[in-house]
Amino acid sequence: MLRYALKRLLSLCLSLIVASVVIFAVIEVAPGDPAAFMLGVNAQPDTLAALRAELGLDVPKLQRYLAWVGGMLSGDFGTSYTYRTPVAQMIADRLWVSLPLALYALALSTAIAFPAGIYAAARRGQPGDMAVMGATQLGVAVPNFWFAMMLVLIFAINLRWFGAGGFPGWDKGLWPGIHALTLPAIALALPQAAILARVMRSSLLDILGEDFMRTARAKGLTRRQALWRHGLRNALIPVLTIIGLQFSFLLAGSIIIEQVFFLPGLGRLIFQAISSRDLIVVESVVMLLVFAVISVNFLVDLAYAAVDPRLRART
Amino acid sequence: MSRNLILGAALSSLVVLAALVSFLWTPFDHAAMNIPDKLRPPGGANLLGTDHFGRDIASMIMVGARTSIAVALVAVGIGMTLGVPLGLTAAARKGSWLDEVIMRGNDLVFAFPSLVIAILITAVFGPGAVNAIIAIGIFNIPVFARITRGAALSLWEREFILAARVAGKGAARISAEHILPNVANLLIVQGTIQFSLGILAEAGLSYVGLGAQPPTPSWGRMLADAQTMVSFAPHMALIPGVAIIVTVLGLNLLGDGLRDWLDPRIRVART
Repeated sequence: MLRYALKRLLSLCLSLIVASVVIFAVIEVAPGDPAAFMLGVNAQPDTLAALRAELGLDVPKLQRYLAWVGGMLSGDFGTSYTYRTPVAQMIADRLWVSLPLALYALALSTAIAFPAGIYAAARRGQPGDMAVMGATQLGVAVPNFWFAMMLVLIFAINLRWFGAGGFPGWDKGLWPGIHALTLPAIALALPQAAILARVMRSSLLDILGEDFMRTARAKGLTRRQALWRHGLRNALIPVLTIIGLQFSFLLAGSIIIEQVFFLPGLGRLIFQAISSRDLIVVESVVMLLVFAVISVNFLVDLAYAAVDPRLRART
Repeated sequence: MSRNLILGAALSSLVVLAALVSFLWTPFDHAAMNIPDKLRPPGGANLLGTDHFGRDIASMIMVGARTSIAVALVAVGIGMTLGVPLGLTAAARKGSWLDEVIMRGNDLVFAFPSLVIAILITAVFGPGAVNAIIAIGIFNIPVFARITRGAALSLWEREFILAARVAGKGAARISAEHILPNVANLLIVQGTIQFSLGILAEAGLSYVGLGAQPPTPSWGRMLADAQTMVSFAPHMALIPGVAIIVTVLGLNLLGDGLRDWLDPRIRVART
């Protein structure tokens, strides 16, 4: 297990290095000089040179890359070109919106998908199963930002149960914050719940055909008891993997959903930074998201290997 | 043929037909503004109503279908033309350093949050349909490489491949003449699924302003325009959304139906 963990850790580090090089390179070839953008077209050459020096744009690329990576490792993400504030602070503020939103959506997605998947598997081929499967087929086809707009139309504009957007801040208390994140979380969660319910159902159906399930029935358990005591636990392994993967979809998906609800999260930060060519912010936010996704995948792999020894032998 | 296949084929051809017809005819000029007639609800002269500039929504939906289909189709094309040869090569040289490099590269691309990278690419190189295609296409490459390799590996164990080797054919020829035709069905099914994911991705990118630029109509762009008007002109948001859902649902059903029809043993990667 330790050998496997070390091997995966090595490949995690390699992925992060390659990712950082790719992101840095993409930003580097971006047309447009941030300093020129900030000063406008009429800037004097010497003011431009002074600003470039101040922003650290005049040193060689390799040195800049190393400084960027080194800074991130010590928690220093640099200084925003536009706002002149530490990027780390800007990210931390926004993370308090994006991360709770992703986790909220993950919880909702799981809470919807588990009962739906179990229900469908227990009634395979019957009308209840068909209804759930039809709903999931529709669920994966719905773009989440469109669904979000429909939720706003129904629950915010017509019924007035929720605000149409914005975020009050956690200092106003836990409940107003959760209330403001509810519609966005539902919009993010439903399409993912549709996928998860399908995985849950097919995983359970695979397990239901296993010999040990027949044994459980033979020793006198009812279908229901066998399903709950033996089926569910075994079916959970692939489901947990998908939940891990969904975290990355939710975090990335929240970037677009934040636009619908005007939430001050990482997504808005990225788009603001892109439009003002605040490249250091773009670079760091993208790297942070990639880091989050790669590490979650790594943790899922480890958890998976801890549960199922066969996987350790394979790599 | 299953119900899925028929329904999926019907919905998909409806959308493709609308896109093709739009080259010859649309009810109105899709770009013509007509302010006095703005925000008309569906029904009447404008079958699906008009938007905030008085443009005919039905015409915009038809022309927008071209954008969606073109972007998703080319993105699938990129994924197939690069991914399939990579997968075939990796399978033919199973266990070699080449296989290792290809598969590690695949894992790496898979690990990236695709939407974030697509946003990065379109943001840096400028928004537009071409950059959206590239951004979506890159993430199709590992999907096709992996599925091709997986299917090809089991084919390499079969007797007819052994026969071909005994006959003196090289790995490249065997891959092209014997492996590829046998994985074609699988690729068609996966292609349909990736096509539908591409439609969704294109809609998302153009919703945030990074896809096709005006005046080229696109469904995502129409939804972005509709957002501030959703309270008094809900049809502006409803109709493009339904167009996206019909297309994606149609392609998914088509994919499922084709899989069952072509080969019930095939299992396709989803999500």
